[in-house]
Order: sequence, then structure tokens, then C-alpha cells
Amino acid sequence: MSDSHDNADAPAPSPLDADAVTSALEAALAAVAGAAGLEDLKQVRIAHTGERSPLAQANRGIGGLAPADKAAAGKLVGQARGRLNAAIAARQSELEAERDAAVLRTEAIDLTAPIERTRPGARHPLDALMDSVADFFTSMGWEIAEGPEVEHEWFNFDALNFKPDHPARQMQDTFYVAPDQADDDPHLVLRTHTSPVQARTLLERGVPVYIACPGKVFRTDELDATHTPVFHQVEGLAVDKGLTMAHLTGTLDHFARAMFGPEAKTRLRPSYFPFTEPSAEMDLWFPQKKGGPGWIEWGGCGMVNPNVLRACGIDPEIYSGFAFGMGIERTLMLQHGIDDMHDMVEGDVRFSLGLAGGQI
Amino acid sequence: MPYVPIEWLRDHVDVPKGTTAAGLASDLVRVGLEEESIDRSAAVTGPLVVGRVLEQTPEEQKNGKTINWCLLDVGPEHNETEGDGAGSRGIVCGAHNFGVGDSVVVALPGAVLPGDFAIAARKTYGHVSDGMICSQSELGLGEDHSGIIVLDDAPSPGTDAIALLGLGEEVLEINVTPDRGYCFSMRGVAREYSHSTGAAFTDRALELGARVPAPTESGFAVEISDDAPIRGNAGADRFVARIVRGVDATAASPAWLSKRLRQAGMRPISLAVDVTNYVMLDLGQPLHAYDLGTLHAPIVVRRAKPGERMTTLDDVDRALDVEDLLITDSPEGNLGSRPIGIAGVMGGQDTEVGERTTDILIEAAHFDPISIARTARRHKLPSEASKRFERGVDNRLQAVAAQRVVDLLVELGGGTADDTAVTDVDATRAPSAIGFDPQHASRLVGVRYSNEDVIETLRSLGATVEELPDESAETTGRHAASTARVLVTPPSWRPDLTEPADLVEEVVRLRGYDAVPSELPSAPAGRGLTVKQQRRRRVANLLADSGLVQVLTYPFISENRHDQLGLGEDDPRRRAVRLQNPLAQDAPFMRTSLLHTLLDAAVRNVGRGITDVGIYEIGSVTRPDGALGSSPLPPPAVLPDGGTLDSIRAAVPAQPLRIAAVLVGLAQQAGPGAQARAYEAADAVAFVREMARAVGADVHVANDPGHAPWHPGRCARFTTADGALVGHAGELAPRVVSELGLPARTVALEVDLDVLFVAAPAEPRQVGSLSTFPPAKEDIALVVPADVPAGDVLDVVTAAAGALAEEVRLFDVYTGANLPEGTRSLAFALRLRGERTLTGEDTAAVRDAVVAAAGERFGATLRA
Repeated sequence: MSDSHDNADAPAPSPLDADAVTSALEAALAAVAGAAGLEDLKQVRIAHTGERSPLAQANRGIGGLAPADKAAAGKLVGQARGRLNAAIAARQSELEAERDAAVLRTEAIDLTAPIERTRPGARHPLDALMDSVADFFTSMGWEIAEGPEVEHEWFNFDALNFKPDHPARQMQDTFYVAPDQADDDPHLVLRTHTSPVQARTLLERGVPVYIACPGKVFRTDELDATHTPVFHQVEGLAVDKGLTMAHLTGTLDHFARAMFGPEAKTRLRPSYFPFTEPSAEMDLWFPQKKGGPGWIEWGGCGMVNPNVLRACGIDPEIYSGFAFGMGIERTLMLQHGIDDMHDMVEGDVRFSLGLAGGQI
Repeated sequence: MPYVPIEWLRDHVDVPKGTTAAGLASDLVRVGLEEESIDRSAAVTGPLVVGRVLEQTPEEQKNGKTINWCLLDVGPEHNETEGDGAGSRGIVCGAHNFGVGDSVVVALPGAVLPGDFAIAARKTYGHVSDGMICSQSELGLGEDHSGIIVLDDAPSPGTDAIALLGLGEEVLEINVTPDRGYCFSMRGVAREYSHSTGAAFTDRALELGARVPAPTESGFAVEISDDAPIRGNAGADRFVARIVRGVDATAASPAWLSKRLRQAGMRPISLAVDVTNYVMLDLGQPLHAYDLGTLHAPIVVRRAKPGERMTTLDDVDRALDVEDLLITDSPEGNLGSRPIGIAGVMGGQDTEVGERTTDILIEAAHFDPISIARTARRHKLPSEASKRFERGVDNRLQAVAAQRVVDLLVELGGGTADDTAVTDVDATRAPSAIGFDPQHASRLVGVRYSNEDVIETLRSLGATVEELPDESAETTGRHAASTARVLVTPPSWRPDLTEPADLVEEVVRLRGYDAVPSELPSAPAGRGLTVKQQRRRRVANLLADSGLVQVLTYPFISENRHDQLGLGEDDPRRRAVRLQNPLAQDAPFMRTSLLHTLLDAAVRNVGRGITDVGIYEIGSVTRPDGALGSSPLPPPAVLPDGGTLDSIRAAVPAQPLRIAAVLVGLAQQAGPGAQARAYEAADAVAFVREMARAVGADVHVANDPGHAPWHPGRCARFTTADGALVGHAGELAPRVVSELGLPARTVALEVDLDVLFVAAPAEPRQVGSLSTFPPAKEDIALVVPADVPAGDVLDVVTAAAGALAEEVRLFDVYTGANLPEGTRSLAFALRLRGERTLTGEDTAAVRDAVVAAAGERFGATLRA
């Protein structure tokens, strides 16, 4: 540090004395290189570029020289001063960078500690699954329809060709709404399937129609590992000219692949539903089935029974259609290997949180 | 549902040797008969072989009993090879009905007999008994366990006795859909098996039918007298009565018969009952046997009279309904005065076949399915008979089935058929023909079927198909008149086939569902989710992203839930829909608010140790408007008129879509750099505001001191610009919280999404270009009476600040020194901007307007 100040007291070199100017410059450059900090560099700059510094004095001395010498002296001194200023600027940057780095080091904090600005939240996996089901159908140009859960018996049964007193009406264990007066019959039920939306949609929208209806349904089953009195289905309905069972199969295959991956496919088995004819149970080829790939029952389907179309004022001679329905719970259970329904329905947040942020 | 023993099925169709129950199941499922279960309870496994008795040594025991120590040759594979017993096995047996040289059935150690009875070598009566010599009952062959089975003409010792005796049959139980009543019989299942596999089917009804004697004048008199048909259908349209005399009613049913009944899930009772049950299981016709000696002609089939009662076979005295169809007889000439059976459901005690019965009258009738279904349900008597009648019985089967019963009673009970007393009252109608275009099947299924294939398939079902000449195609046929090319008359056992679509199902079913190709239809372009559906999803995701967890709860509530939540006597939420048949008697009502059930989910989570939690639910609630009266129920297959449809729609109670949340414990847990913070009323209010903002709805908030279950001083009420109620948010009342067992200071919200969504503009918002002139910031502190809600002041300030105010924010509420008693200071920060640089005069004008408006409305003054 003391070196850097010495030059200030050195005798002023002559601007024509190249050795003296060079020597002053070298002394100054050595002082710049030796500056350990920004404050140090500031002192060096004052000492070597200030009014009383040798190079400043030499510069001033140019004025008193003979005109013939001025050019050479000016060049000599100017170059020396230029080199010195550049060296100071470079050192200044170096020292500032060192200082900044040191500041950042002192500001370092540990960011590995768990930080939670928002509590973890989650959609219920069944509701989220119904969203992805809706997205699947809208991607095909279908629309999403809805209907009431407390439903009129006509929509739930009669419009769907469930004849009064027919055993099919007892196939689905139905919750009935009690009348206010014993003699009245409001003919209301908790809908046993999403199929009443078929009739509502046909009556409201007419044909052609391509809709899916995810929603809540009710049966008088006690809660156990595989039953719950309140569950969810998705209903599909397409009515148009020229629709066939092949179109039903194609739609189901496409849906199965969307839900269960490219390996999935479906198989139909003859069955009976009052609102479809022909009717079928639908099995799903499930590669992830416990105990090896195999067929698993996934839902029911068929070609819309002409009586359903008639009840909705549509001529079955002109229009045909297909319908299908499957359980949302069952779909979720298959997707995630869930064995027991209790966790899905009890409202324990760990169930929703455990499946949050996954594939759905 | 019906059981299908393979040996029995072979009476009707050639089932290949070696077919297993599982194999049968996979053949039947192809034609729509699904496996319900496979009953292996009668199965015998392990070594069960023929043994020849070599030595038999009676040994008297201390208890007075004599046992036989036997050495048996059970074949080289199973005999001992060394020691005293080499070439045989030693077995202790308590029975005495056999001797040396007899062939018997031996269960060796490792065998498992019916009832999971495992055989092992064991020490008994001083010997090691190395197996068991079997009786009928031990092998599930019959009730007889008095003696062991002695085989005649037995094969050599060591021969497998399981195959020899036809033991160990697994029995398939199938699920029959309601349209296939005929599959409640071996005959029907056999026919389907034949459809599925092509195996040769023999219709036993044809052979039997050839032997049915013609009805006679002297048959037992039967009258069908239905003065109250249901929907125009007489309760009975056929009644066959046959008489067998001199039957030994005490004769035991033979083992084969008992075994078959048991395999089918029925209990052997007595010969007459067993035979009628057996024929029902075999052919599908329910039958009843009466003690002829107790009957008084004529039998009258009629509806019950008001107040009439009868005691049925199960010894229950039943009050009858005027809709019940009865079988009655006529004691002392009083026509139809005594009920002797509830038709198609259950017989009566008075005329039951008993031990002293010698002459038997057999009833084989055809009843109206609806009448039987209603009666069986009314009396909660789903009998084997009613199950078949309500699904529809083949109306050509009665005389045939009765003949089979007669034959069996003659054969097994030593009776004589009285062919001079044959009654057949027959008012049945032939099945209607269906006009059909075979190509309809191709069009509906998407597979090219030739006309010949379709017609052949329908004929194989038992239908008659008459091809129509081209010129008559236009005018004939009940359905699809314009295109009928053939007339199809379904067989008598298929009353479910009534229109072309039914025939199409038969074609595709018998030709194979797996032949249907997979083709994706192209729907017309859709419009995606509706605005409401998008908004529902938006708020659902918003709350989840804000740290709440969505749950689903059952919508059933108890009546006292309203009291627990502190609802007032005339609170409209007390008006709930009640279920006639709730699952839990203590929860028969449908919720009228989501919190009614969501609070329980909060209690459950807290109870499971999740004490800091925010949960929410989206769902509908049921809000009937007024009393639930009667509503119309028009018939299927017909479009109701507009007025009827309107009444139906109007009968359905309002079910608004709601969202509710319950916030318990800490909103923010303590951690590095974070202070713990409990959920508070403001969190619930903020969530409602955020939901409104997310869907673009403007809501107004006010304090609501009177809305249960909230704390009267900590409840906010949200309304739309039109004043419609959106919902409430805040802290729950302390009494409610303690009543339910929730932590103190639990916070909740409930919002009607239908109302909220409607409050948001459906049309896109219109905006001008953004001003880039500099803003002017202005803070205004107003001193207002302390009871003036801050929200109201904010509204007034915002309105008074006018178009220049880009943002108006309440940034401070101050109470205390330097303010007059009973007042507080509300400080607002305004950011003003105009279409030019604002001057001091501009901002002063805004300030003056705000102070003036607040002064006028609330008596506010500018804080000094």
C-alpha cells in the first residue's frame, strides 16, 4: 500500500524524457495491480492520476515545450496516461466483481427446508375422473348433458321401457320418495342410473344427438367393499340416422383406450336391459388385472330400444341409436388398483390427497 | 337363480363328456346366460375307490356297540405293501349291512367329501382306521346313512368311484335376465346350450305331448272367473287338471330325484311335492299337487274378496288383497267359497297332500305374469313358482308338464293315471306374428347378414317364418309395416319377442356378438363444455389449488340435523324430501344444504387425527317448493302429451348445485420462516370472493347476524346485483360446533353455484384501450360510526370516486386515540388515471366527491 503513494512525491519527469515517463507509468501500473481493494484502488488513482501525480505534471509540462517537441511529448505522455486509465478501469471491475461475489456469499440461505405457501389441496378423484371422461367425449364432438338426481319415475323407468310390474323394475333396488299425504303418489325416485338423461335429452334436444352424462346415482345397497348406495355412472347416448352396433363397439373401444391405455379393448356379451335391444354386457380387456391380463365387466350397453325413441317422439323407422353406461367408481378402482369402496365415499382427505396430481 | 347340473342337462342336450362347470359357463355366457357362481359344495375330491371286503371281524366295545374291523382290497395302487396288512387296508366301520366279498366305496386318507369332510387315518377302537367305507349320505347321494353302499357288478378294486357314481359334480348357477323366463328350466338352458355349441337338442316336451290324453267331459270341473282383470289380462288363461289314483304318498323319493333337487337348491320334502318341483325345474312349468279327497268341485279361479283370508302352506294366516288371484273350491256346493291356494305363489294347507293321501289332483296352469308379480311382492313370497310365472311361462307346456308328473307318480308312487278325468281349460291366444325385414338386422348391427342366414337363425330359435310375396309386403305386419318381407311367429316360450328389434337381438346373439366390427361414428361438431360446466370446473379447481380437499358425502340426513344446526322453526331448509325406504331409518331425508352432510366429513377427518384441514364438496341439494302431491305416470313407449310432460317435469323438486367448504384448525402450519395461522372467518369470505372473481360474477357482501349455523357476529351474506342470495361464509356458531364435536372456531361457507354463475355475464366484457398517462395516488381516511360496515363504505367510495378511479383499496382500519368515541377510521388508497395527465384540481375533485358522498351516506368526515 505504501508503494502506491510514493509516486506522488516523486519529482515530475520531463515530458520529453521517455525513460522517466515510462518509469512513472510502470510504477503506477504496479500500484494498480497491487491495489487490494476498491478503497486502495481509489488512493492509487488519486496518487497516479491526480493533479500532483508525475504523469499529470508531465502532461502539464507539455505546454511549455517548443512547438516542434509538443507532438512527440504529447504522444508519449498521452499513451502512458491512456494505459494507466485502462488498467485502473480493469482493476476497478475486477475488484467490484470480487466485492459483489462476497456479498452474495454472505446472503446465501438454505432452501432445502420444506416450504409450504399453500396447503396441499386436491380434487376428489371421482370428480376429477368425471372431468376427464367429459373431456374425452367433448373431444369427439359429443356434448355433456345433466339431469336431476331426485327424478320422476317416468323418466327413470317408463320412458326407458321399464314396464310397470315387470321384474326389470325390481332389478334396480330403488329409493322411493315418500308422499306428504299417504294417498298421494309423487312418483319420484332417486335415479337408479344416469339413463333418464337419455329421455330428457331426446325430448329437449331432439335428434341427432350425441351426449355423455356423468353423474350421481342411487341404489338401496348397504356400503361394503364393492357396493355403495350412492355412486357415479357415465351414460352415453347417440341417436342419428344409420347408427349401428358396430358404431357402439367402436365408441366403446375408443373410450376404453382413453381410460386404460392403448392395449385396452372391449367385448360384448348378450344381456338384457329394457331400454336397449339388442342389449349387451361390456367386458374390458384389462392388461393390469391382478393375477394376469383378463376380461373384467365394465358396463352395460345396447341399441336404443324403439320404445324409448317412441316415448320421446322420435320415429324408430328413421332413427337408430346406441347407449351405454359404466361405473365411475369401478373405472377408478381398475385404474388405481383400489379394492375397497369405503375410502372413496367416507370423505377422508387422505384418499383425495393420495391420488392428487397423478394421471387425472 | 337356476342351477344347471351337467348330468341333468344331458337329458335334453348332448353335452360332451368331460365338460366342466366352468366350460359350461363359458358356452352359456356367449348366448347371454351369465355365470352367477359355481357350487362346489357337493364336490368330492381325492382318492375315492372301489374296495372289496377281504376280512370282517366284529368286535364288541365297552359301550355295547359292535364295530367291524375290516380288511379291504383297495387296489394295488392303494394297498399296504408290507407288514401284516400287505395287500389290503384296515378300516373300522360301524355298519353291518355288508359282508366279506362285497364291493363297497372307500374314501382313503386325503379324500374330501361333501361338506368339506376331510378323511385321514385315525386311531379308533384300538385300530388305526385307514379310511372310511361310505354311505349314501356321506357322499351327498341321499339322506340314507343307515348303511354303507354295496355295489352290484362292481369293477375291480381300486377303480375310481367318483366317476363311477357320478359324484363330485360342480354345479353351475346362472343368472337369467328377466326376458328369458324359459331359462328357468333345464329344457330352456339346454336349448340355449345347443344354440351356443351346436350340440343336438331333444325337446322332451314333444315326446310327452304326444302322450297327453284328450280332455274328457268327466274331468275335474274348473272355472276361470276373473271379474277384475289387470290391464285387461285375465288372471289365468289355461288350467290343466290331471288325476292319479292310488298313490303311496309315503313312498320315498328315489336318490336320483333327491340329488337333482338338492343340486338345484331345493329340499326334498315328499314324493308328490318332489315330483312337482322336479318337473318344474326340468321343464319350467310350476305345478301344484292337491289331495283329491279334500277337494270339492268345481275349482274356481277368481280374485280375492274384500277381507278374505287364508292359511298358506307355510302355516301363515294371510290377509288377502282384492287383486290377489286365488284358486278356490266349492265345499257344500258354495261355488268358489274356499281359497285353496294363492295362484302361482303358494298353496293352502287344507288341501295339502299328506301321508294318508291316495288320490292326487295335479294343477298345471298359466297365469298372468303381472298378477302373479304383484301378489308375490305384496305378500313378500318370491317362490320358485312366482319367479317363473312373472317372467312368463310357455303356455303350451301345461298339459305336457302335467303328463310328466302323472308318469312319475305312476312310476314312483305306484299310482294309476285316471285318463278319463282330464281337464284342460284353454283360453290362451297364439303368439302374434311380427312383420320383419331380414335386412333390418344388417342395418341395425352393421354386419352383412343374408336373408337366408337371418331366417335360418330365427327358425333355429323355434320361430316359424313365413316369407311374404312381394306384393303383400306393403300391407302386412304389425310393426315395420312398410318393409315387412317375412312374418315371424315366435315360439310359445318366447313371449318377450314382440317387435323387429327383438328379432335382431336374436340374430346377432346366435350369430355371435364377437362378429360385430368396431367402427367409430363421427358426431356432428359439438360446442364443448357449456359455460356452466366450465364455471363449475373453474371453482372446483380453484379451491383445490387453494389448498382445500374435495370430498363426496352421502346426501342422507336425520330429521334432527336441522336442530343440531340451529335452524329456526320456519327455516325453509327444514322442508326436506323424505325417502319411503331409506337405508338407515335414522337418516330418511335428503339434504337441503351441503353443510348438512359435509360437516360430518369434517368430524370424521378430525376424529382420524387430521386436525388441520379444509374440505369442500360440490353437489346438489333438494329443495321442494311446497308439498309433494301426486303426479301422472304415463305408460312406456308412448310420447305423453305436452301437459302431462309439463306435470312430470314440474313434479321434480328443485335441486340447485351448491359448493360448501369447512375449514378446521390451521390454515398455515408453523415451519421455517412461517408463523402458524388458524383458519378464520375471513378465509371463508375470501374463498367466496375468489370464486366470484374466478367466474366473473359481481357479488355484494353484508354482515348477516341471523343465519344458522353461522356465528351471528361472524357471518357474511353474499348477494348478486339483483339481490339474489348467493350464499354465506364465516365462523360457525359455537353451539353448533360443540354439538357436532368440531374444534372451536370452525369456519364454513356455502354458495349456490346456479345463482353465482347466473350473476356472471354471459357475454364477453367490453373494454377500451389502456391509458398510459401517469397515475395520481390519493389516500383518503374517513372517520365513520363504528357500526357502519366497511364494505358499504368501500362501495360508496368506489362509486363516488367515479371513472378516474382505477383501483380503490381499503388499506387501514383504525380505532382508538384521537378519534371520537364510537367511531373508527377507514383509510382508502385510490389510484387515479385519466386520458390526460391529472392535475391537482382533478384529484381534489375526486377527494371532495368521496368525502361528500360518505358524509351524506354515513355521516363520515375526513380524518384530520
